[in-house]
Amino acid sequence: MISFRNITKVYQAGAKPIVALSNVCFDIQPQEFVSIVGRSGAGKTTLLKLFLAEEKPTAGSIFFEKKDVHQIKSHLLPNFRRDIGVVFQDYKLLPSKTTYENIAYVLEVMGASDVDIKNDVARVLELVGLSNRAQNFPEELSGGERQRAAIARALVHQPKVILADEPTGNLDPYCTKDIIRLLTKINEMGTTVILATHDQYIINSLVRRVITLEEGKVIRDEERGRFTL
Amino acid sequence: MSASLKRIIKSGWLGFRRNSGLSLATVFIMVMAISLVTSLFLLQKTSNYLVSSLSEKVDMAVYFGEEPTTDEIDIIQKELKGLPEIKSLQYISKEEALAKFIARHQGEQVIMESLQEVGGNPLLASLNIKAFEATQYANISSFLDSASFKNLISKVDYSEKKPAIDKMFSLTSTISNTGIVLSIILAVVAILIAFNTVRIAIYNSRDEIETMRLVGASNWFIRGPFLVQGMIGGLLAVLITFFAFGIALWFLSPKIDLVIPGLHLSSYFFGSFFMVIVLQLAAGLGLGACASWLAIRKYLKV
Repeated sequence: MISFRNITKVYQAGAKPIVALSNVCFDIQPQEFVSIVGRSGAGKTTLLKLFLAEEKPTAGSIFFEKKDVHQIKSHLLPNFRRDIGVVFQDYKLLPSKTTYENIAYVLEVMGASDVDIKNDVARVLELVGLSNRAQNFPEELSGGERQRAAIARALVHQPKVILADEPTGNLDPYCTKDIIRLLTKINEMGTTVILATHDQYIINSLVRRVITLEEGKVIRDEERGRFTL
Repeated sequence: MSASLKRIIKSGWLGFRRNSGLSLATVFIMVMAISLVTSLFLLQKTSNYLVSSLSEKVDMAVYFGEEPTTDEIDIIQKELKGLPEIKSLQYISKEEALAKFIARHQGEQVIMESLQEVGGNPLLASLNIKAFEATQYANISSFLDSASFKNLISKVDYSEKKPAIDKMFSLTSTISNTGIVLSIILAVVAILIAFNTVRIAIYNSRDEIETMRLVGASNWFIRGPFLVQGMIGGLLAVLITFFAFGIALWFLSPKIDLVIPGLHLSSYFFGSFFMVIVLQLAAGLGLGACASWLAIRKYLKV
């Protein structure tokens, strides 16, 4: 489903180049739950940004359903991104929209009908336990609620893949458990989940595939991995 | 398509309403910009009026030694009317000149007694000449110097009026040039201020724009609400400016008419309703939409 082929990413910071990723190769199958772990600066976020075509690799290719992501024409990129749901560490909810509107936005850009939007948003709000917070603005929600809203937004259009970049980075252990339980549930419903994290507790409790990055290189790729940095 | 358009408009309106502080600041700046453009429009009218009324006051007179015959007058007028610089000619006979003189000095006893002492009609027949522009009197004067009826002319008052005419010309061209330069400077300043205000507003939303891109919104779906917000701001600014100017002119116009009689700015403003609205809408909507379009372009690059 997803193939990273010899991905290298070099940033030019002044005269000295910084190698963020070096010759990274791996495949992800449909409905997998893959955790990408590594210390800060190991290249986890860069990997996700490259997959979302936010940035271009210095070398190598990323294929999604056999299509080279970086060969997609810019006007078709929104269509590609609609197949992916993204959960960010800092939530990235639109501050001037309510929880309901934030989630509905994804369906609106896809041209869904008003009736579908109403039904689908209600369904995911129920799933993430935020039905009673639908009309609240992000600033009126707690950290955990914001992250659940962000997950609902990533999920509402039933994407093929969910990318979660440090989704529990700003949360307490109770909320962290909630979020991971939610991501696991989403995965069990058939969505591929790619989780970037450096949280030992999450990795060890998941017992799923773990890809470990160190200084931009894949140093381990285990089917039922544990946190061993 | 219509559903998307409806959503874009709704989203733009909600954005405008929910960011009311920033929206009002933008509207305020746009009111200033549109006010400047409207003021320039009125200033242009005022300066044109001043220039034309000053020019109206300038003329030159050709005095004849002996009163010319009717045939001679016809020949003189025919020759002069052939000049492209001539706007109008008015022949004043000795009798008319005397009647006007008496009418003008009716209550002035000393002058009337002097006139009686001189006896008869001491005034000369004359031809009042008006040119289209103050600069053209020099050409007309040169023509009179070599005209076929030169022997009939006693004197031309151009040399006496020349300093006044030159001053008038210099004044009218100064008013006109200053108006143009001022218009350009103020228009540029207004556009830059409005543009930067909208740019700052969009700069504040750059993170939102990034999020919109990452969740799969097309460029139009991102840009649309910002354009709508810009246009709502522009429209609101137009309405505020129009009513503010309307009310201000309604009250001030009688006072302005005392200083510059015959200008009638409020009649001009309301008489040119369509043009004023078009001008303000072009300034308001154009500024709002263009500034939003250009400012957001930077953040839409993939």
